[in-house]
This record gives sequence, C-alpha cells and structure tokens, in this order.
Amino acid sequence: MRVGLVCPYSWDVPGGVKEHVRDLAEELLRLGHEVSVLAPGDPDAVVEPYVVLSGRAVPVPFNGSVARLSFGPVSASRTRRWIREGGFDLLHVHEPVSPSVSMLAVWAASGPVVGTFHSSYLSRSRVYGASYGILQPTLERITARIAVSEAARSTVVQHVGGDAVLIPNGVALRRYAKADPMPGWPGQGGALGFLGRIDEPRKGLPVLLEALRAVVAEHPGVRLLVAGPGDVDEVRDSIDPDLRDRVELLGLVSDADKAAMLHSVDLYVAPNTGGESFGMILLEAMAAGAPVLASNLDAFRSVLDDGRAGRLFPVGDPGALAAAANELLRDRAKRTALAEAGTAVARRYDWQTVAQQVLAVYETVILPGIPVGVDPRAQAFGLFSTRLKDANG
Amino acid sequence: MTTRWVLGALLLALALLGLYLRGLAGRLDRLHVRVEAASNALDAQLVRRSGVALELATSGLLDPASSMLLAASAHAAQAADPATREEAESGLTQALRATLDAPEADAVLRSSETGRELAEEAAAACQRVVLARRFHNDAAAATLRLRRHRLVRYLHLAGRAPLPVTFECDDRPPACLSTPA
Repeated sequence: MRVGLVCPYSWDVPGGVKEHVRDLAEELLRLGHEVSVLAPGDPDAVVEPYVVLSGRAVPVPFNGSVARLSFGPVSASRTRRWIREGGFDLLHVHEPVSPSVSMLAVWAASGPVVGTFHSSYLSRSRVYGASYGILQPTLERITARIAVSEAARSTVVQHVGGDAVLIPNGVALRRYAKADPMPGWPGQGGALGFLGRIDEPRKGLPVLLEALRAVVAEHPGVRLLVAGPGDVDEVRDSIDPDLRDRVELLGLVSDADKAAMLHSVDLYVAPNTGGESFGMILLEAMAAGAPVLASNLDAFRSVLDDGRAGRLFPVGDPGALAAAANELLRDRAKRTALAEAGTAVARRYDWQTVAQQVLAVYETVILPGIPVGVDPRAQAFGLFSTRLKDANG
Repeated sequence: MTTRWVLGALLLALALLGLYLRGLAGRLDRLHVRVEAASNALDAQLVRRSGVALELATSGLLDPASSMLLAASAHAAQAADPATREEAESGLTQALRATLDAPEADAVLRSSETGRELAEEAAAACQRVVLARRFHNDAAAATLRLRRHRLVRYLHLAGRAPLPVTFECDDRPPACLSTPA
C-alpha cells in the first residue's frame, strides 16, 4: 500500500502528534508499505528519508499555546504537488482541524482520506463554533475518522457529528524496553522520576514537590529526577532550599535520554492535575519497566486498567501521593508486580499491535486501483477553475 | 446614477450567490460519491463476513447444531434484499456470538491450524464490518445534514440522487475474537 501521512505540526519540534506520525510511519515501512510524510519544516533541513517538508513553520498562538503551523498559498501548492506526485492509495491526515498542512491536504485531495483526531481541544475552546462554516466542508471530505482517546472521540461526536473509531496511541516498545540507567542512578536511597513541562502547573510538578518532604521523612536518601522543558533555574529557585539538592533537573531531553531516565528511577510519578486526554507518558514509563504512581484522572485510570497496572492517588493530593510513594519505596515486591503488570499493558499498546488496527481502517476505505488525486476545484480554491465532472459520475 | 449602483450591487450579489451555490453543489456531489464508496465497502465487508461464517459452518470443526445455525444465518444474510438486510445481518452477528462466544468453541477453534486461521479470518471480517458500517453511517449522516439545507431543498441541488440511509444493525463481534490468539 502507498500511504501519505500528514503531520500538522513542525517536524523539528518534539511533540505527541509528531511522534505518533513518525512511529506509525516507521511501523508501516517495517511491514513493507510505502510511506511518505508531509510536515511543516524548512525544506532544506535534514530529516528522515520518508519525510517531505512543506515549508517553514510559523509560530502562531492557537488553541491556548503557540503552535508551529504551515499555511498559505506556498504550503498549499507544495501540498498539492506532494499529493499529485505521491500516487497514494490513501491519505492519512492527523489533527485535520488544526489550520495547517493536514487541512490543506484534505482540501486538495480527492479519494480516500483517513483523519485521526488527537486532542479534545474543540470542546475547551470556541474555535469550532466560530469557524463551523469553514470546518464543516473540510470535515465532510474525510472518509474515515479515528480518535486516539475517549476524550478525543467525544469531541468528534459532540462537535463534528457522526462518530469516530477508537484506536489508541501506540508506544514504540523497542525504543523504551532497553536502556542503561544514568550513571549514579537509581542508587540506594530510592529514586522518583517525573517527566513533563516543569513550568506548566497542570503537569503537577508542584504537587510532587510538596509531597517530597513527607517522602524524605521516611526515606532520607530519596532523590527526584525531573526531565522536561521549561525554565530550569526558575523552577530550582522555587524549590524549598532543604530539598533542592535532592532534585535533579535535566531540562528537555532526547528520546534516548528519556528512555535512560525512565530506567534510572524506582518509581515513576505522574501527578498531573488535568488536561490529559490519553496518558502517553504512562505508557512510555510502563514500556521502560518503571512502576507507575499516577493521579486518578480518567485518562490515566483507563490506561492503568483501573489501578491494576499502576497505583492511583486522588488528583492534586500531595499527602496521598507521599503515602503511596512511601509504601511502594518500602516494598520492592509490590513495585516489581506493578512494573510487570505495566509492561503487559504497554505490550497491548505496542505499535506492532496498534498499526494492525490502523491498517484494518485503511483496507476498509481504499479504492483498489484508484489512487488519491488532486481535486481540480482545489486549484485556486475552486473559484476560477471550470467545474469538472467527477470521474466516478 | 443610483439605478446603476443598485444594478451593480444586485449583479454582485447574484454572482456571489452563484459561487456559493456552486460550492454547495460541489460539496453535495462529493458527499454522494463518498456515500456510494462507503456503501460499496460495507457491502463487500458484509459479504466477506458471511463467507467466513459459511466456511466455519462447513469446516467440520464445530458441532452440527452450531454449524447449522451459522450456515442458516449466513445464507439468510446473503439472500436478504435491501429491505430485510439489516435484520438478517444482525441475525448473523448474533449467531456468530452465540456459537463462538463459549470457552469450548474457542478452545476447539484454537486447537487446529485451520481453526486458528478461520478464527483469525472471522475476527478480521467482524472488525471490518464494524469499521465499514461506521464510515458508511458517518457519510450518510453528513449527506443528510447537507440535504436538509434550505437552499439545497428549494433549488433541488441534489437532483435525483436518492436520500442515503444509514445501515442499522447489531455488529458487536464475539468477545473471544477480539482477544488475539
């Protein structure tokens, strides 16, 4: 099968959607399919051989944060050319409601288009209401919709109409399963780990730091390893001076370092207080074999099998976090049992399994012998081209 | 002077309306094409599923009563006309669940090479029916939504294209087939 994947966010910035697209592309290639990925980015940048860059990504405020998107006539014409030259059996666009190349590709294509919805932001913002008239004709062109989580799916049901097939995010087990711990970690005194934006309160680092004191009381040697983007100095200054030397702030880390970091801790803590629709990070920790202690968010509870594959504590409750962390640090057998249950869950979400579900969708929608073409009306937005009768009658 | 302005404005308004209507007609066209493709895909997956059910029934792996039930409902599904098809396909779904959703049947299927292959094939077919039906109903719903548009109705933009109908049936696969062997 020849598959064209479209990622709406800049290829040179790490992010959940980008990693999803990359891992799916690599799994499809491994299975012998032909894959091309279109994503925003400087066309001269050095990238994976299967990636085509659509042009410089412009940082614009969108949906509450700054996203790096690609739009405008140049991106539109590059997108059309990519579709025309690709000869794809189908297109698979990601986050088609973000104003970037995914949307442009949906507009330009005629033929089967699969769309994956990742986030649930439509329900949080007014984006949808304000642009209903613009979005609806675009969304109508998508042949098959996939949602990666229940939250993303209910967004589709409520705001887009119709339904979406639930296919969870995958985790690339092989990336995380094996890695050497960082030198000197986890050590004897117990090591906790945290991954995520350190200056975004919803990721919950403040909750964990507050709980740390009570953990130290019982485990005087305990240390905390923190990885994730944000202002390291500012966060360090905000930590209680007595605890400061127990906390190691790594800043933004690469994929390989993320795996090493997850192998360097006795217990992975996810104290998030909201805004998570899936819990990808828990899957990564479980894939690395780290026992997980997470706040009781819907998304986390669902990934952790209602607490069987990881310990849950009430959202935003440092006391409960500390009590659970103390108990687990004391009890190696419990940690091992959680880690084993976690690995079993991660295996269910391995890309090898998830990609099969995606392929089932592809097989349902492709039209044998008819590749995806460029919709003639998409030239100059359909205003000036003559109306051509659809080849299918 | 004023007449000219009024005339100009009127012409402009007409031109814009024309463009808008052309856009609407284009959307409608595309949606009808989408519904037709989705309907063909659904048909293909339903036929594939009843084929697998027949193979299971004639494989000799299942007991005669289960085989009989599967064969009868697979035949009924294949022979159904558009008016009775939803009910017949629901019947086949229920027959598949009734015959395969028992630990004994599961064990029998998994004990032989042919059984495993057939179970895998049945699982794939059932899963694809679920997918194809959802994609079809989404396309039909989107088309119906646009066809309710006032201008589409008054100006008969849909021409003679028949109103799409969603396909309503029970398609929940047997639980044993959703767990990988």
